[in-house]
Amino acid sequence: MCENCNCRQESDAGFSALAPVIEKYGSARGSLITILQKAQDIYGYLSLDAINYIAAKTGVKPAKIYGVATFYTQFRLAPIGKNLIMLCKGTACHVNGADLIEEAVSEFLGIGDGETTEDGLFTLNNVACLGCCSLAPVMMVKGADGEETFGNLTKDKVKAVLGEIRDKGLEVAV
Amino acid sequence: MRVVVGQGSCGVATGARKTSAELERLIAADGLGIPVEKTGCVGNCYLEPIVDVYDDDGRLASRYVRVQPEKAGEIVERHLKGGKPVEEMEISQADRRFLDSQKRIVLRNAGLINPESIDAYIEAGGYKAIEKALKGMTPEAVIDEIKISGLRGRGGAGFPTWFKWDAARKNRGASKYMVCNADEGDPGAFMDRSVLEGDPHSLLEGMEIGGYAIGANEGVIYVRAEYPLAIHRLELAIGQARDRGFLGKNLFGTGFDFDIRIKAGAGAFVCGEETALIASLEGERGMPRLKPPFPAEKGFWQQPTNINNVETFANVPWIISSGGAAFGAVGTEKSKGTKVFALAGKIKKGGLVEVPMGLPLRDVIYGIGDGIKNDKEFKAVQMGGPSGGCIPASLIDTPVDYENITKTGAIVGSGGMIVMDETTCMVDMARYFLDFTRKESCGKCNYCRIGTKRMLEILERITSGEGKDGDIELLEELAEKIKDGSMCGLGQTAPNPVLTTIRYFRNEYEDHIYRKKCTAHSCKPLLTFSITEGCTGCTLCSRRCPVEAIRGERRQRHAIDQEKCIKCGKCEESCKFNAILRD
Repeated sequence: MCENCNCRQESDAGFSALAPVIEKYGSARGSLITILQKAQDIYGYLSLDAINYIAAKTGVKPAKIYGVATFYTQFRLAPIGKNLIMLCKGTACHVNGADLIEEAVSEFLGIGDGETTEDGLFTLNNVACLGCCSLAPVMMVKGADGEETFGNLTKDKVKAVLGEIRDKGLEVAV
Repeated sequence: MRVVVGQGSCGVATGARKTSAELERLIAADGLGIPVEKTGCVGNCYLEPIVDVYDDDGRLASRYVRVQPEKAGEIVERHLKGGKPVEEMEISQADRRFLDSQKRIVLRNAGLINPESIDAYIEAGGYKAIEKALKGMTPEAVIDEIKISGLRGRGGAGFPTWFKWDAARKNRGASKYMVCNADEGDPGAFMDRSVLEGDPHSLLEGMEIGGYAIGANEGVIYVRAEYPLAIHRLELAIGQARDRGFLGKNLFGTGFDFDIRIKAGAGAFVCGEETALIASLEGERGMPRLKPPFPAEKGFWQQPTNINNVETFANVPWIISSGGAAFGAVGTEKSKGTKVFALAGKIKKGGLVEVPMGLPLRDVIYGIGDGIKNDKEFKAVQMGGPSGGCIPASLIDTPVDYENITKTGAIVGSGGMIVMDETTCMVDMARYFLDFTRKESCGKCNYCRIGTKRMLEILERITSGEGKDGDIELLEELAEKIKDGSMCGLGQTAPNPVLTTIRYFRNEYEDHIYRKKCTAHSCKPLLTFSITEGCTGCTLCSRRCPVEAIRGERRQRHAIDQEKCIKCGKCEESCKFNAILRD
């Protein structure tokens, strides 16, 4: 939408970062998922406006884009926190107490699966498997500096890790 | 001399990058001029971070384990400068057995070479097989060699690889595609990740040979987005292979063109099904369709397409170089070669193991994995993930091959092997897998979409103490209907975890339903917490209890009010005297 006034007109202004992506992939058939992945990399999530923009530029119907976006677990339709906690719920992690780790995250941050903290620092996402099964239970935290994986978690360890990230995040904010 | 640090995802998760940086810093500070390189996962994930020191002749001089950054100095001081191995940090004889008792074909380079260097791969004999195939073999001869080897698809179904290649070869089309399924979706499996991270060129070479065999000029790797390191290393590898002329036009001057690109999956388990994967490649919702036509006739963009799993491709260069007969000499009559397993769960030594087909489960779990964590009792091993089943302790001498594992009700699958001990509740495991398949069902077939949901509801009821007479029979009936009424492998196999646990652990289901007891002491609603004589009256538990259910005088044994108790387990966690009993 237009950000300059209240006209609520479709506007390309907010999507200048996405334009080169569409230029590169827009005409190649079968590239919808790639475009959505790049859009999410840029904005952190797929807003309705972004979906409409992609639809207008590629000629793919918005309903179809929405269908694809809601089919795959990777895509998010709402913004997320600065740090995305991907808590592994794979079989090995389940057997080794992933539920307890989720409990600890919830206790410490006050959020459940799919929720974001009020300060916007953390979002918790349960994921199927991170493939680090021999270090179970495991979580991956994706922040501004890339992603880091933490293994052999205990309730105390997960709180310590998240505490450290939070302190760092608050420092930057100050 | 050179130093190599294992940096697969598991190594990185234990701090290998920091260890590597610290080694580099110390070596630079002393001006030693010794290179610090990286390699993939060698398999002993439980020993990470692992640091290897090679001598000037390129021989492995010492392998150091659990090298946290603060221990790096010791290696630099005593080994690199002093010339003497730091014996107390070296891998033990027992841990060496973990590797020595394996047979490595797929993982031949993993953990040994630098996955980010094409030279390292070439030095290890890489890209020789494709050269041999292109210069000296017809496509038919390549397929024949694969037929002789007896290689079967390592993704789960175990379909003969040569048969698929032959079908794709014989079908005509404007173009053909060689697709690699690297969307390792089974929770509890990481074999493919290790190959992608540790030896990406072996996959590229395998795809190239396959492409030549079926007459494809384009390869696509469908890799899951949850594996960022794997994607990064694949991108590097593809770039290097193009630069060296191992990918692109007119390879080895033979006129054969082949190039590979990566497509990142977006997270959908059902995309392990070939037709769903193709839909996803085309940018659609990853929903399967009816077969026939098979992908070998009408696949990606309606063209003949062949899809194999990462591990299958990684076997191919070895087979072409060493001959199909050499591969066929390993394994059993119907299951040839080796299989990589991801050994995890309640196991002492977890990691990646590659063993000849037909090795008894016992040899894997006790021989290589060294048995159960904390010496608890072995209860079952889960194989095949959400499509597989739980094999009980009584069948531990079952040989690991396609036929024998299928007889137990489980499947070899892609290679996840999750070990469970007496504290794992089998009803809860069934619930866990149904929860997974219910979420991952694409929704196309009613029985899969609604049936898995109904089965999950019943299992949730049972594990929360509200199971009733007839539940087991209802589960069995639903299971059969879902198997019959689903179009693709996801629905057809989704009930397997429930059926195998009912088959081998029916008593646990009955305990939950009729006695309202979870014998593994894992289902919280069925537990009773009480305080034993060991209580010192420290009051900690009563302060931690969120519902004030614990009462007692200081220095006197406390008691739990069962009416109030919500079974959260906080008291058990906080007790320092082991005086909380869960029953």
